[in-house]
Amino acid sequence: MIQAAITSIGLQLLHFMVALASAPLLVGSTRFAKSRLQGRRGASPIQPYRDLLRLMRKETVLAHDASWIFRITPYLVFALMAAAAGMVPMFALDLPLASIGDLIAIVALLATARFFQALAGLDIGTAFGGMGASRDALIGSLAEPAVLMVAFAVALVAGTTALPAIVRFVLSGGVGVEVSLALALIALVIVAIAENGRIPVDNPATHLELTMVHEAMVLEYSGRDLALIEAAQMLKLLVFVSLIASLFAPWGLAVAADGFDFAELLGGMAVFVLHLLAAALLIAVFEVSVAKMRVFRVVEFLGAAFILAVLAVVFRFVTDVS
Amino acid sequence: MFATLAYDLSHMTGAMVLLAGFAVLYQRRLLGVLRAFACQAVAVAVAAAWQAYSQEAPHLYVTAAIALLLKGIAAPVALDRIVRRLDIHRTVETAVGIGATMLAGVGLVVLAVLLVLPVTISSAALTRETLAVALSVVLIGFLIMITRRNAITQVVGFMSLENGLVLAAVGVKGMPLVVEMSVAFSLLIAFILFGIFFFRIRELFDTLDLQSIESFRGERR
Repeated sequence: MIQAAITSIGLQLLHFMVALASAPLLVGSTRFAKSRLQGRRGASPIQPYRDLLRLMRKETVLAHDASWIFRITPYLVFALMAAAAGMVPMFALDLPLASIGDLIAIVALLATARFFQALAGLDIGTAFGGMGASRDALIGSLAEPAVLMVAFAVALVAGTTALPAIVRFVLSGGVGVEVSLALALIALVIVAIAENGRIPVDNPATHLELTMVHEAMVLEYSGRDLALIEAAQMLKLLVFVSLIASLFAPWGLAVAADGFDFAELLGGMAVFVLHLLAAALLIAVFEVSVAKMRVFRVVEFLGAAFILAVLAVVFRFVTDVS
Repeated sequence: MFATLAYDLSHMTGAMVLLAGFAVLYQRRLLGVLRAFACQAVAVAVAAAWQAYSQEAPHLYVTAAIALLLKGIAAPVALDRIVRRLDIHRTVETAVGIGATMLAGVGLVVLAVLLVLPVTISSAALTRETLAVALSVVLIGFLIMITRRNAITQVVGFMSLENGLVLAAVGVKGMPLVVEMSVAFSLLIAFILFGIFFFRIRELFDTLDLQSIESFRGERR
């Protein structure tokens, strides 16, 4: 009994460490693959680690008008992202944290982080911060209904909103080639692109451009605060990638129901690395092949995600009657 | 898992057709509309071919070939040339905004599902779903014709409506090929007539926007 508790806590700690360690690598290898595809040499995939270290060592500069919201936001956002990352299966199933929060709880954690980030953007009172916050709120208000509909579609197929149970259901082969799941996958990918500020919606590589969203919001942060916010953003990408991977391609994850099985854990890790590499490559290929869209077209882009998710629910309803 | 594969795949191809219908609605550029329509026709061809294989009905392969050659390749290429020749590939003139039409499309899908399910409650699940999807595709074809003012998009709407009919036809067992052929050829004739009309309308009004025709009473300009 006690040993089981210890192993599950150990698994959760290992999970946290793997998540924190691999999030910068995901971003770094995405940038690396992208610059190679564009014919540049590109920074090495471990550059984000160096960036984070450098920011950590630098002094934090606070604006005169910064209130407590501005000061606590980096810690809060990072903590919320870490909590969300703790619930999503990456290399092993049955995390102890996963039992206290389902898909909807993960959506709520991400939404809370977004809320505080937007507040902090407004808090300083600069024009860029306010603009970024308002655009981020626009994207969020469109992305969240879509991601909730995706959660409902998946939950209707699997009969539960708890993530481990859904993954188990998919692993058991209970679903064939399901239309609802295909539609939900496309919708979730669109939402993930928008939520992470990847290219057709926002450009993560620019710092001073009128069209930027996330970078505009965090423009006033520096030093350790900025490092935390960047790390949270990297974790967010990791959360979405592993959410998509564990919902739609969970084969090979370690099912650690009965204690540690070392070989199985290693296999899960290998699958996890494979997922990350595939995600980095896919994101890079997608980003070099599309152009950034106008901010006002984002509404239609995310509207399409919402409609796909609604269709997924409708199709599930059709199938369910039979 | 593989016992339901036939069912799942026909369900999937039907959904692809419907999705391509939404893609037509989503496009802002005329050439994008044509490309999305070509995707829909290819999806219909795949659906027909899959039905031919799973129902062991070889004549459906002919349907698939007609869909692929006529609507997947010939019609989009011809329309593409017309669009380029008339130099109207800029934007789609919409009567209602794109977001609103997409929402209306979802409403139509729900309507189709609600209509078909009670009527066909006694038939097999596959037939029921195919009919629901096909009816949605037909309704979305209507929606394209209603909400897009350009004559080319009207033709695309008309042909995607016909795609829905083909989808319904291949989903039901025992549909004779004659019906299929006659539908396909009447479509071809309609398409040629439309092509002639494009140039006549253009000659008379200098535009393909059908709104300027609505108030036309026959007087010469």
